Amino acid sequence: MVNYNLNNTNIPDEEAKVWQLLDEVSDPEVPILSVIDLGIVREINIQDKAVEVVITPTYSGCPAMDVITMQIKMQLLGHGYGPVTTRTILSPAWTTEWMTQAGKDKLKAYGIAPPNPKQQVCTPEYFQREESVQCPHCHSYHTTMISEFGSTACKSLYRCLDCQEPFDYFKCH
Amino acid sequence: MNSSLFLYTLHLADNALITGHRNSEWTGHGPVLEQDIAISNIALDLIGQARNLYQYSARIFNDNISDCKRLISSPAFLAVIGDIDEDDLAYLRDTNEYYNLLLAEQTNGDWAKTILRQFFFSVYQQLLYGNLLKSKDAHLSAIAEKALKEVNYHVRWSGEWVIRLGDGTAESNRRMVEALDNLWMYSGELFLSSPYENELATEGIAADLETLKDTWLNKIQETFDKANLQIPPPGWMQQGGKTGKHTEHLGFLLAEMQFLQRAYPNSEW
Ligand SMILES: [Zn+2]
Repeated sequence: MVNYNLNNTNIPDEEAKVWQLLDEVSDPEVPILSVIDLGIVREINIQDKAVEVVITPTYSGCPAMDVITMQIKMQLLGHGYGPVTTRTILSPAWTTEWMTQAGKDKLKAYGIAPPNPKQQVCTPEYFQREESVQCPHCHSYHTTMISEFGSTACKSLYRCLDCQEPFDYFKCH
Repeated sequence: MNSSLFLYTLHLADNALITGHRNSEWTGHGPVLEQDIAISNIALDLIGQARNLYQYSARIFNDNISDCKRLISSPAFLAVIGDIDEDDLAYLRDTNEYYNLLLAEQTNGDWAKTILRQFFFSVYQQLLYGNLLKSKDAHLSAIAEKALKEVNYHVRWSGEWVIRLGDGTAESNRRMVEALDNLWMYSGELFLSSPYENELATEGIAADLETLKDTWLNKIQETFDKANLQIPPPGWMQQGGKTGKHTEHLGFLLAEMQFLQRAYPNSEW
């Protein structure tokens, strides 16, 4: 599956318009990110004004998914489309690799460390979990994990040992 | 086959929902803030897995009403008009129509007991979902693929706590030993196949539990070695959850969880 790229010229105009509209729908828990930045919109099918949006949830229990689905519908209905339906697919499972570079840059500017391109610590070994994460404030790698689970299921809590600021890390998934 | 698949998806969903619900009882009561958040997040993951599985159970039920309806006798459930959904399955079935492991419904006790229950369960889920990745049922394997990523975190988190407490102070070790005394007798059921698991395993849909048992024991052993804990000698094992025979605890849990929908049917907020 290919990540949609807003500059992709091979996509028909009608469909490109819908992708653009969805780029205005934000994640309620991290409002700086659009659903396109997150990489959860997998496919758009259009027939006249009827639109089907295929999405892949980030986490099984992500409480934001119901709100996101609702907002996608409202956005498209508000722009003259309809009926609008959404379909959820679970496989292939969403991964942070689907997050766009634009999304990662926005996260960092927002003060949340973006997911590392590749999970560096992926062994099942105990007590070996410290991933080297860059502080979004002062860019130091001299940081330490406070808690594997942070303010939402998708984030861990870190602290910078240089500037001393705590920060969220959007963990690899 | 359809009725077995219905029971199997309920079994998997009930495991996740009941364990998740137990964990959610810690929200606001965790020993420290970070761990309160951790166990609440694990609860959220599990309830999310349960939702995916119940949605699938509901579809199987609606497509095969004559096969599946006779498996449920709860009057509230049978009174549903039209298609059933995930909420009907969670809120309207009675205790004997829940198919979760007895381990899942055991009370939280102290932090040690909750941790050990989670550890046994997460290692089990990790192996089970790992096996389901190659299930011939594409929907089950998709749910497993999604859930497995989360379960890997749960195993590491709970395993580290087992070591921290078992190999901690005399008091924390005493509590882990007590938790082990309480919970070990519910571990046998994990690998005892019910009739619906047997039928589906033959067809390559359900996990073959017999093949998972040694790997599970090895992982427990390996962790216990680091935690100053010993696997108890072979003894009496409880069973029944997979076929709807439960300990007294499940009834109390459901009474609280289902109260609102039972007292005020179809209410939303
Ligand atoms: Zn810093």
